[in-house]
Amino acid sequence: MSTGTEVRPGTRSGLGQSVRRPDGTPKVTGTFAFSSDLFARGMLWGRTLRSPHPAARIRSIDTSIAERMPGVASVLTARDVPGRPTYGLEHADQPVFASETVRFQGEPIAVVAAEHPELALRAVAAIEVDYEVVTPLTDAEAAIGAAPIHPDGNVFRHLHLRHGDLDAVGAVSVEGSYEVGMQDQAFLGPESGLAIPVDDGGVELFISTQWLHVDRDQVAACLGLPPERVHLTLSGIGGAFGAREDVSLQVHVCLLALRTGRPVKMLYSREESFHGHVHRHPARLWYRHHADPDGRLVKVEARIVLDGGAYASSSTAVIGNAVCFAAGPYRVPNADVDGWAVRTNNPPCGAMRGFGAVQVCFGHEAQMDRLAAALAMDPVELRLRNALAPGDELPTGQVITGTAPVREVIEAAMALEPPPLAATDPPADGTMDLPGGAGLTATRADVVRGTGLAVGFKNLMYSEGFDDASTANVRVELDHRGEPLATVHCAAAEVGQGFVTLAQQIVRSVLGVEQVALRPADTTIGSAGSTSASRQTWMSGGAVELACLAVAEALAERAGYGGGAPDEVLDLDVVELLREGPIDRTRAHHHPPTEPLDEDGQGDAHVSFAFAAHRAVVDVDPELGLVKVRHIATGQDVGRALNPQAVIGQIEGGIAQGLGLAVMEEMLLEDGRLRNPSFTDYLIPTALDMPPVTATLIEQPEPGAPFGAKGVGEPPTISSTPAIVAAIRAATGLELPRIPVRPEHIALAEA
Amino acid sequence: MSVTAGAHERIEVEVTVNGVPRAAEVPPRRLLSDFLRHDLRLTGTHVGCEHGVCGACTILLDGAPIRSCLAFAVSVHGRELTTVEGLAADDGTLHPVQAAFQDQHGLQCGYCTPGFVMSACGFLAETTEPDDDEIREGMSGNLCRCTGYAGILAAVKQAAGDLRASGADPRSQHQPEDDAFAGRPGGEHGPAGGDGGGEVPS
Amino acid sequence: MPISRPTDVTATLDALAASPDADLLAGGTDLVVEVNLDRRRPEHVIALRRVTELAGHDTTDGRLRLGANVTYSEVEHDLAQLVPGLAMAARTVGSPQIRNAGTLGGNLGTASPAGDTLPWLLAMDAEVELASPEGDRSVPLANFLTGPKSTARRPAELITGVRLPRVEGPQHVSKIGPRNAMVISVACFAIVLDTTNRRVRTGMGAVGPTVLRSPDAERAVTQALDWDALTCPEDAIDAFGRACAEATAPITDHRSSAEYRRHAVGVLARRALRRCLST
Repeated sequence: MSTGTEVRPGTRSGLGQSVRRPDGTPKVTGTFAFSSDLFARGMLWGRTLRSPHPAARIRSIDTSIAERMPGVASVLTARDVPGRPTYGLEHADQPVFASETVRFQGEPIAVVAAEHPELALRAVAAIEVDYEVVTPLTDAEAAIGAAPIHPDGNVFRHLHLRHGDLDAVGAVSVEGSYEVGMQDQAFLGPESGLAIPVDDGGVELFISTQWLHVDRDQVAACLGLPPERVHLTLSGIGGAFGAREDVSLQVHVCLLALRTGRPVKMLYSREESFHGHVHRHPARLWYRHHADPDGRLVKVEARIVLDGGAYASSSTAVIGNAVCFAAGPYRVPNADVDGWAVRTNNPPCGAMRGFGAVQVCFGHEAQMDRLAAALAMDPVELRLRNALAPGDELPTGQVITGTAPVREVIEAAMALEPPPLAATDPPADGTMDLPGGAGLTATRADVVRGTGLAVGFKNLMYSEGFDDASTANVRVELDHRGEPLATVHCAAAEVGQGFVTLAQQIVRSVLGVEQVALRPADTTIGSAGSTSASRQTWMSGGAVELACLAVAEALAERAGYGGGAPDEVLDLDVVELLREGPIDRTRAHHHPPTEPLDEDGQGDAHVSFAFAAHRAVVDVDPELGLVKVRHIATGQDVGRALNPQAVIGQIEGGIAQGLGLAVMEEMLLEDGRLRNPSFTDYLIPTALDMPPVTATLIEQPEPGAPFGAKGVGEPPTISSTPAIVAAIRAATGLELPRIPVRPEHIALAEA
Repeated sequence: MSVTAGAHERIEVEVTVNGVPRAAEVPPRRLLSDFLRHDLRLTGTHVGCEHGVCGACTILLDGAPIRSCLAFAVSVHGRELTTVEGLAADDGTLHPVQAAFQDQHGLQCGYCTPGFVMSACGFLAETTEPDDDEIREGMSGNLCRCTGYAGILAAVKQAAGDLRASGADPRSQHQPEDDAFAGRPGGEHGPAGGDGGGEVPS
Repeated sequence: MPISRPTDVTATLDALAASPDADLLAGGTDLVVEVNLDRRRPEHVIALRRVTELAGHDTTDGRLRLGANVTYSEVEHDLAQLVPGLAMAARTVGSPQIRNAGTLGGNLGTASPAGDTLPWLLAMDAEVELASPEGDRSVPLANFLTGPKSTARRPAELITGVRLPRVEGPQHVSKIGPRNAMVISVACFAIVLDTTNRRVRTGMGAVGPTVLRSPDAERAVTQALDWDALTCPEDAIDAFGRACAEATAPITDHRSSAEYRRHAVGVLARRALRRCLST
């Protein structure tokens, strides 16, 4: 639905301008309250006992010693869960506490509340659990046919997309197998929350989460309380990237608060955080691409197996995306894509930035380069020849009705010049720009350079028939000085992306009110949906716009315009009109409905798509296998940049996470056990690993999108990874079928 | 994890924090980061990993940046500490490093920001005219997961220029009257809502 | 957890004598991490930062002494002329904040096979100074390091510093980590072309239970070098790399594979030697 709001040029701090964050000052001065900073008088500290085994039967749990320890207020296990014993984002298959069966290392068994964090730690150590250790099921392919490790079975979803003529073959075909390791979101602020019991028997929870209302519903069900007795307020969030979409400590901390009658705070350590949230699905991919001699794609065949770990989380949606976008942003008349998301005894996997699309993009882009080589064609030209455009059909049968500037993003990425000193000249000896950095492992003679291109796309917002919505309230009144003040109330989670800035910009542009306050996000207003799937600008931005338009209509009525002429509001004397009292409007915004996929993976399942291309320039020391990414150029389809500085920030940050997956980030598992749950050994890029980024924003307003804007958070993470790996391939001539690429994959490849 | 269960032994710690003498009796195992956050309620110093890697807990100890999660409070007895709360002027005017992080979009979620700000203050005191490579290396001891560092590096560059112009010591509290950039506004965008839950009444 | 904060060596030794199992706390960059991760619960901590005799450096009788409390930052910034290889190694340690806190004494006491300063110190035949109520002794580093995180330090002893010969000649330290900053070594190589004594000195880190050297490789390349011209035949350089790699005993863990570590240290050896030669 298009609301058709015009943005008046010159509106100060309105849409289209790089307005600074309203939370910037508290964040740079240290006064911004993250959930870990909260305290309440008389509060207890909660702590979780977790299974050291990936698979086990629990024979007995003895909490008696812990319970008798002075200063320990409560020890809770599965038998203390008054409501539904399980929770889950899409399927409630995950126990609040494991009671009979342990399905992953780190699964919660019990929680403790004590007067001090150290005491809680001692009490957890004093709980005795008798485990019968079982051989874990850790191979995702094997899990498909293995004995079920959960009553719901081992297959979360099997989706077999069939499109066009499945017997079609191309004159040229290339085949490849690829593997994606398990990535972690690795946000900087570990999970934390503060629960306070309320006199009516309910509970108030201050929490860092991506989706307050779905947390509330899961918490209420497990507590056996009606949702209205569970009230959530969003606390400051130290990054999210998908990892806060699932419940972690929410149920536990509320249970402890209700049982003890006292406020309880929980705060994960970094190690516990690695065990306490879902990760990006590791993937095994097989592809066969068919093309005619001119390079036009004839058919794409693929098999995708995602390891969902022990519990469902959002696995069904992730495999849905992986299958839908398996062929990439290309015209593919025929497709046969068989996708599985399965249960194993590995850590649970769920949402992470770009989910589903990230995994398959690594595969389809490697295939496009392989096809270009087989055709002796320029890989850029091959992509341009097959680039999706408006009106084209996807392998799901859906016709793209919105914008699809695939050609434009590729051309933009290829047109950008790398900064001359950073990338075109070989770096001088001894500088930090060489692979190996301060380790002084290489001289320029040891280094070769490569360039790679990759293109990716993803759906925006929720798909497959989900009625996605957001709610916002906008109130305008005169402040104590007689100046107009607008206050926005919306439950959208600000995780760092800048929705708080955008909400203010929308109000300024639509209502012309400069002074915009934001109420804390909480569950006293309707759901805003999740801060995920690149959806809040469109969904909650749209809700704020609708509420503003309703306010404008009311103002227009006050001014005597009768039928309402909201476009005229910027010309009204708002101060005069508000003397009669505040105006307050709540509106919900739904995106256009989508359809479920049918048994062949066909259907109009998605609302809109966003595209990006990345060109990476890397320097590689082939003998040591060390890589330095020197430059990334990107073209990104943003619809319209509502805050260019914030858009660039999303692009740079997303590329950093893509770089991490390309060359360093992996949760290393051995028989289901995590070997590197620390920032010492789970490596994320530092300032010395990130290259300069130059970006061109392709602004083609998306029909139906509020202000024409597309979400921008995910595309940078999708195709940056394969672009970097393509560049390493170009530099080394190696196949590199697995990410992250580790030094030994390069250095020992020929040996 | 700061309080030793059952340990009654407490040691007097006297330190100067942001120019103010502070004293407290703490258990010997109390981490400096916990001392600042829990005992002094200076929660601007964040803890992101408690094993000395992420840098969110960076503070200045006698002017040099250190990880406060790797020091016991009793170990800094008698010394001078500067935390992120000690940088802005008394009237709220932002320190040039803080203002630069705002201006250059050097933060998103903001969790790493105090650590970066403190690292930058220590770095710019040592390196007054840094080039881009020096800034990159100087900021490589702190992790940020949101920004990809570009805004942060631009902020340090801006701050270096502002500090050179004013001649101020970046490790000191901002003094607007001495500064060519006096009046750089703090929260010019009106009421700043959405700043987390704040202190929770019990 | 009682904590003692002595200000001189005598008081430190008294505290150690009173609780021989005490953990010694220098920069905290190893010990406090273990405490925070609940891997270690110290009964007693003796904090060394205030022990003034452990600070600073001096030169006597042509030998250089570095105090145990000298930080990586001091080495990197203040001692780069005096001990260039050690300064290169110090620059690769952790982050600026870690380098401001961590000390040479701590690196020696922790005795990690991946300790960043140890390969160069081994190449220099450094001796570890130990003080105890029974008197002082010094132990060659090669004997001091007895295994992964294990040393010849007796319970009552305190590491007071490290002594090295003053040597002339080019030197280089290189370290591999899979990230460009803040990373634990997966292979490290130190070389000193000791033109004073005309011998090649080496040390290798993260490729064995302790830091290692390859006497065979050192001997061969010492003979192959033209010490006046500081040149070396290509085949001798290659042989040097191979011999260094063969002298290693690496493990496979989550940071790297044994095969890669062995390969990499050979490459580093070859390149480091070449860097030290005249071109």
